[in-house]
Amino acid sequence: MSQTKANIEVLPRSVQLLLVLGLLALAAFPYVGTDFYLQTVTRMMILAIFAMSLDLLQGVTGLVSLGHAAYFGLAGYALAFLMPQNEAASLWLTLPLAVLASALAALVIGFFVVRTHGIYFIMVTMAFAQMVFYLFFDNHALGGSDGLYVNFKPSATLLGVQLFDLDNKTTFYYFTLGALLLVYGFLRRLLWSPFGRALAGIRINEHRMRAMGFATFGYKLSAFTLAGALAGLAGFLWGVQTGYINPELMGFHMSAHAVMMVILGGMGNFAGAIVGAFTFEYVLEVFKDLPQIGSINLGKHWQLWIGLFIVLVVLFAPRGLLGLTQRVVQGRGGPDV
Amino acid sequence: MEFVIQLLNSIQYGLLLFLLASGLTLIFGIMGVVNLAHGSFYMLGAYLAYALTGLFGSLTLAIIGGAVLAVAFGWVLEWLLFRHFYERDHLDHVLLTFGLIYIFEELRSMLWGDDVHSVAIPDLLSASIPLTDNLSYPVYRLFISGVCIALAIGLYLLIAKTRLGMKIRAGAFNRGMTEALGVNIKLIHAIVFALGVALAAMAGMIAAPIASVYPNMGSQVLIMCFVVVVIGGIGSVRGALIAALLVGLVDTFGKVLLPSMSGMLVYLLMAAVLLFKPEGLFKQ
Amino acid sequence: MFEALLSARQLTKRFGGLAAVNEVSLDLWRDRIHAVIGPNGAGKSTLTNLLSGDLPPSSGQLTLCGIDITGWPAEQISRQGLGRSYQKTNIFLPFTVADNIQLAALSREAQQPWNPLRWLQQATQSSAANARASRALELSGLKDRRFLAAAALSHGEQRQLEIAMTLATEPEVLLLDEPLAGMGAAEAQRMIELLLQLKQDHAMLLVEHDMDAVFALADHLTVMVNGQVIASDTPAAIRANPHVQSAYLGEETA
Repeated sequence: MSQTKANIEVLPRSVQLLLVLGLLALAAFPYVGTDFYLQTVTRMMILAIFAMSLDLLQGVTGLVSLGHAAYFGLAGYALAFLMPQNEAASLWLTLPLAVLASALAALVIGFFVVRTHGIYFIMVTMAFAQMVFYLFFDNHALGGSDGLYVNFKPSATLLGVQLFDLDNKTTFYYFTLGALLLVYGFLRRLLWSPFGRALAGIRINEHRMRAMGFATFGYKLSAFTLAGALAGLAGFLWGVQTGYINPELMGFHMSAHAVMMVILGGMGNFAGAIVGAFTFEYVLEVFKDLPQIGSINLGKHWQLWIGLFIVLVVLFAPRGLLGLTQRVVQGRGGPDV
Repeated sequence: MEFVIQLLNSIQYGLLLFLLASGLTLIFGIMGVVNLAHGSFYMLGAYLAYALTGLFGSLTLAIIGGAVLAVAFGWVLEWLLFRHFYERDHLDHVLLTFGLIYIFEELRSMLWGDDVHSVAIPDLLSASIPLTDNLSYPVYRLFISGVCIALAIGLYLLIAKTRLGMKIRAGAFNRGMTEALGVNIKLIHAIVFALGVALAAMAGMIAAPIASVYPNMGSQVLIMCFVVVVIGGIGSVRGALIAALLVGLVDTFGKVLLPSMSGMLVYLLMAAVLLFKPEGLFKQ
Repeated sequence: MFEALLSARQLTKRFGGLAAVNEVSLDLWRDRIHAVIGPNGAGKSTLTNLLSGDLPPSSGQLTLCGIDITGWPAEQISRQGLGRSYQKTNIFLPFTVADNIQLAALSREAQQPWNPLRWLQQATQSSAANARASRALELSGLKDRRFLAAAALSHGEQRQLEIAMTLATEPEVLLLDEPLAGMGAAEAQRMIELLLQLKQDHAMLLVEHDMDAVFALADHLTVMVNGQVIASDTPAAIRANPHVQSAYLGEETA
């Protein structure tokens, strides 16, 4: 699928300002928010990492994956398997291994999936993710439909010294924020690397890339694997936070969630993925908390509202929220380039 | 004899998948729209069968009524939403149909609740054909296969032998030219879309008595549909048929011969096909 | 020096029962422009696709700088030293002119997409690629327009960018598919001058319909009709060839 639409890759001033303000707000939040909201915002940050990992694949490289949650959930399962019953395993062991597990799965599945194009790619990513889902769902040894518990938070002890305590919700909040910043910084840098430019080229015109001498299969597979690894990082954090992993984390709805977050924010610059994740989660919470009017419990029917919201987004803001800000700020009404 | 039963089961399951997949591949082949809500149409059919059988007291009447309603529903949906998306890219289709999945799930929940329902097999078809002293095969399953075959033949005749079919094929091949020749392409698209919806709904309706009616049935069957289309090749109805029968065979015999791996076998089949034919066995 | 840089022997491409290219042989030499002409449907584009690796041949042999490249994929042939421009402009429309050429220049770096170091370097930091890119930018004459999006260029400028991208990969052999397509007189003249300038360092294949340009540029002409070569000779000899006149030039004037 060649996309001739340009992504917003250079962030306009307004967006840069928004990001800085957002960072300040996130850094200050633990001092003003309640415990409950602390957990909510932590979860949003984890989903933002998940969304950014998909943005690398979908926004930058143009590969629309409906099975990205498989790598999210797999890392969570890796954590659950690595965590003993009666003491905490080391963070420095579990984190790399969990991410590696997701990366390996992405490499293997990617080998099959990356040779397809367009709508086939969409369908096979979904199919392979379902395969992974059923692998865990049907097998009691892997936890089955009930899932697995992560009994402890990983220990951050290094050389006998406890560096920090992930059991502390605020500490975990800042750990996640740190991960979010690291991933964002890494991906922004990658976007302007030779690798990143090649991925963007593949999105826009893969045929010409091959004619110019780029072995595009290798690039796409590398992007797929890296995106899987980063999704694994997010899944690991999710497992640490919730302490519970089940197959639904690898399912179609989770993958669809990721796709929507990325599109909602605006693709291809990673800032959109963060904005999209926070916005989508926030809107979801709002819909679920809608009050009862008369005899109708509006909140119960949140799926209807979110569905309508999504349809409205695709009708009126298909380039996402950042696309809207660009139009508003620069007053552009010209053709899409 | 056990083998014959499993074989018949494979064929019946395969034909049902084919019915579904042909709707999906038709809509994508002709209008270029990837429709993730296709499973929702299957679910709609099943729930219509449940609701209308309760209303009319007869599955046959329910199927007829359901088919009419499905066509009307497809027509309205195309007119209201889908026709604005033919020029858009796949990602927009994905997003739109995601939204629709949520909407349809909730509407279903509001109209018919979240319980599992069953639909009774009509008396006429509730017998079993004896195969041996203690093995027999349900007539209804043969009925399902029969209906699928009839619809498949009807679809083939429509596309290959009628003037409407010719216009449909021309419109898929070269929209501008077909329009210039005076064919009302908007009407063609509406008809094709309604047909696709109806095929999915029909599959849901006739399968309802044996597959029962429950939430989320749409997404489960959608994946299988995708696997069939990937193996067969998008846009190829013949490919969908052969792939569907293959999937039916692998899935059914897989459950019998390798039960611990049965869920994975179909995907392994798909992976094998992808290694050699990433665009399906019968790519157009 | 006397060895052909690109050699095709009995190249054939069949689609079903139809041979779009039938037993075509040709050589490309450094310092020579070899033009291929023929009526529409003669198989010229298919031949170009066979030479660049965009299509695999049904039979026949292809050699580049002495290496057998028959059946190689396009990306491999490109890295071996062949560059090709397209008849239908095949650029990266949303990117700027500079980014288009930069990307082409980057293709010559060691690839290694799995190497994390390649993820952390910046694309603009490779001096070798930058040198390649600025050379191509100069030659193409688009230096003043380099910060414009490619989609904002005029058709003629896009054709110039098309060539520039091919040049940025520093090929030894150039395959140019209708570089003058859709150009006005002034733009065409500039393109002809550029092609003459490039002749010195490259072996060039030129597929063109513009007969004035062909006879001004070509050192050697191959005429194709219905997938086959009906004549291959110097321009003067081709002009005098009665078969060519009736099969092609005759049709043109009719």
